[in-house]
This record gives sequence, C-alpha cells and structure tokens, in this order.
Amino acid sequence: MSRLSEVLAAGRFAVTAEIGPPKHADARKVRELARLLAPCTDAQNLTDNQTAVVRLCSLAAAVHVREAGGEPVLQLTCRDRNRIALQSDLLGAASLGIENVLCLTGDHQKFGNHPQAKGVFDLDSVQLLAMARGMGEGRFLNGEEIKAPPRLFPGAAENPFAGPSAAFRAARLAKKARAGARFIQTQVVYDLAGFQAFMAAVRQLGNPVPVLAGVTPPKSARALKYMQGIPGFRVSEEALRRMEGASDPKEEGIRLAVELIRQLREVPGVAGVHIMAIGWEEAVPRIVEESGLMPRPEIQETDGIGGAA
Amino acid sequence: MIVAQAKPFPELAQMLQDARRVLVAGCGGCVAVCQAGGEQEARILAEAIRLWAGEQGRPMEARAVVVPRQCEPEWAQSLGPAMDEADVVVSLGCGVGVGFLAEVRPGMRVLPGLNTSFGGGTVSPGVFEERCRMCGDCVLGRTGGICPVARCAKNLWNGPCGGSADGRCEVDPQVSCAWHQIAQRLTARGETGFLEEIAPPKDWSTAGDGGPRRIVREDLAS
Repeated sequence: MSRLSEVLAAGRFAVTAEIGPPKHADARKVRELARLLAPCTDAQNLTDNQTAVVRLCSLAAAVHVREAGGEPVLQLTCRDRNRIALQSDLLGAASLGIENVLCLTGDHQKFGNHPQAKGVFDLDSVQLLAMARGMGEGRFLNGEEIKAPPRLFPGAAENPFAGPSAAFRAARLAKKARAGARFIQTQVVYDLAGFQAFMAAVRQLGNPVPVLAGVTPPKSARALKYMQGIPGFRVSEEALRRMEGASDPKEEGIRLAVELIRQLREVPGVAGVHIMAIGWEEAVPRIVEESGLMPRPEIQETDGIGGAA
Repeated sequence: MIVAQAKPFPELAQMLQDARRVLVAGCGGCVAVCQAGGEQEARILAEAIRLWAGEQGRPMEARAVVVPRQCEPEWAQSLGPAMDEADVVVSLGCGVGVGFLAEVRPGMRVLPGLNTSFGGGTVSPGVFEERCRMCGDCVLGRTGGICPVARCAKNLWNGPCGGSADGRCEVDPQVSCAWHQIAQRLTARGETGFLEEIAPPKDWSTAGDGGPRRIVREDLAS
C-alpha cells in the first residue's frame, strides 16, 4: 500500500516534498535528497521534466528514491507521451512498486529548453486520471482487460489562483476527484485569503478529495518577484514586503513558510502540505520541524511490488 | 480560409540560385483573400525576383500568372503550357496548390513561395487568427463555438489549465485562453454541464494521425 494513501486515510496531516531530477545521468543527488527528505516527509514528488527542460526521467528518479528509502510520487505529464506511452509507464511504475502518480497535463514545451519540440497532449490531466483509475480497475483505455492490474494511487494538481475564478477552480478540482484523483497538490500558496476562498468553494462541493496546499520558502525577494511574473502565480504584498525588508532573506523565507504552514493547517479541508523547495531542499527538514509536524506518522510497511494482489 | 504568409525572400532566393526562367503562379482562392498569394502578390514577387537577379548579374526571367484556384486539377492543368516555358515554378498557392502543380509536371521543381499557416480569418485589418485545425471530428457544438483543438495550446478537453490568468493563455499573453472563453460563454448560456462532464479522450485518427485523409462521396463519384 502507498504510505501516502495510508497517512491520508488515517486522517493524519500529510507532508510531501519535491525533488527535481538532475540534467545529467548521475542520480547520486536524487538518492541523497531522498535520504534527507524521507524522515521528515511522507512522500517525495519526482518532477517530470518540469518547465519542459530535459532531465533524468521521473520514473528512474522514483526508483532511486524508493531504493534510498523514500516514498516516491511519480509525476507524469501528457506533454511528452501519448496514451500508449502513458499506459505503458503506469504499468511499469506499478511493476516497480510505485503507486503514487501525480497526473499532470505538463508545462508547455515553449517554456523549456527545446521549444521546437512537438507537444503530444493526446490526453489532458483529467483524462489521464480517468485512465489511471480504469487501469487500476483492470481496464485499458480501449476497454481491453488487464490481467494483473496496476495498483495505483493517482493524484492531481490544482491552481487555486488561476482563472476564471476560485469557484471554477474548485469545480475543476471536484471534476478531477470524479475522474479518479485521490489527492490534490496545489500550486504555491502565498495569498492566504485567496486560498481560503478557494477552500471555501471546495468545502461547498463536499470536500471531495484530500488537498495538500503548496508551500515554497522564498529564497529572496527577487525569487518571489520572479514567481509573481509567472501566469497563475499569486504572491502576496506582505510576503514581498517582508522579504524585501529582511536582513537575512533565507531565514525570513523559512519563517514565512513555517507561518504559512501553521495558518494552512487551520484552514478547514486542508489535509496536508506539499513543500516545493527545488534547489533548496536542505530547508525542508527545518521547516517541517519548526511547523510542529515532526515526527511523521509511523506506517506499517507492506509489500507493494507488482499488481494488485 | 487557408491563411498563408510569404516565405522570407532570402529563403526563396536561396532556392532560386540556379534558376533561369521562373514562373510565379498565383492563386485566386484563400491566399488571394489573405493577400499573400493572389495576382498582385504574384506580380510583385516576379518583379522582386527580376530585381534580385539583376543585382546579382544573373540572367533570369520571371513572369507571373494566376489561376482562380490551384487546388482544382483543371485549373492546375491549365498552367501546364506556362510551366513548360519555365525551369522553376514558384507556387503562391497553399500547400495544396504547390502539391497539385507538382503533380502537373512531376519532372519540374515546384517551390513553395508561401508558408501555409492555418485555417482562420481576419479579426482586424492585417491580423489573422487560427480558428480550425481540421481535425475531422467537430466539437464546436459542445464548446460554445470555441475550438479547444485550434485555440488551446495544450489541446485540453477539460480546461482551463492552471496557467490561465486574467483570461490570457500562459503560452502567449497576446492570446486569449480558449477555455476561459468557453467557460464564460457556456456559463452565460446557463450550460454548466461541461464542468461536470469528463470529456473523454479525443479520437485523433480523424485528425491526420490516421495517415493522409481521404473522403469518398459515392453520391458525387460517378
């Protein structure tokens, strides 16, 4: 069984973190980060060529994390794979004991280092979720039977701050839950009021799926301003003011993240936090500790290799 | 219509290095409407080729002709005699026109003078936008007349994605988010079912992924 699924099922406040695979073939850093993050988080996401920059593949990185004692969340995007490759990767992941799969449409190739690439986008994230659920139930997308169905714990992302409105984003979250998402990891939250409005809309829809709120400790005011420029990101004026006025910006960034996590825990319907500190993973253990989220719950290890027994 | 735009002249000139007698073939169809490949553009291009050749000190003839539509075999065939007098043909038709002219004289070099761009139209003077990707399975009835294939950068069926901000597409802020528009239009109509319904994966086999497409109309094929 997926450890993440058990933490969520037990109603414990979940903590996940992100690991960005390297732009080369040496995975020692991935294993090192898995060892750093495994004791303080319940699962570790492996990004799938995030921002469309070529990196070591998320499936291989997930295996490294697993072998290093972590609990991988395999991120899988529709940008680079059609339905044949996606289903193949889901079977492969399950065969390696990787159950947590974050189903994403993917960042557009325009933002990456190969903007001339042909984007696949055969399916979108909602269709990928539905397909993953169907496969878990023993059906390929075409309806053919899967003799040994993959054991999967599919999740999805949602951006509370994207258009057209918080209510619409909540409805889309509910749609993802209906399609098969068993957990949601959100875009980075700085604007607490905006996030609360989103969660109020999610609660109105009956809290259909556990929501892990995205948290990124800002390293500097500059980093925060950069994020502000990305479509769909919302950075609060207060966070910006605090980072600009900080004598030790990194310390202030950690303080901000810790305060946010404490506030997010109080938002009804929030089932955990997803800490995205790519390039600054060393900050994560401290953030988790100072947020009062240590120790992490003990979960009995069960054999998860292969198909559903 | 098929919207096209002229290839950069240096790219065309590169392909014309060895030419002596160039026929510039315009088309009176879509490319004339979008003022990329009609009679006037064909005349201007022939003149530009002559000027360029003159500057290079090359002996080169260039003449312009136009037919109503290069995508009609009869009209394409009618260019045969004029093509015989040239050694290189520059077609200002869309890709269909270039292909049909090349079929008229398979031994000749027929060069594309345009980059065929998309199925679209004029939204303001001099501005053309894509509206149709000719996917062979029209869904506009379900999406408020706004095409998620042609107008969403990620071809979403259950959008908008998390990069939709203030009604703009994350890929290009100049471009409206198609799903934002779909959501607004359908919500205004009171049709919010699209939010509930999980749109199933599209069958791309009609969209060119099933190989070159062919339609046989028995009622017309006699």
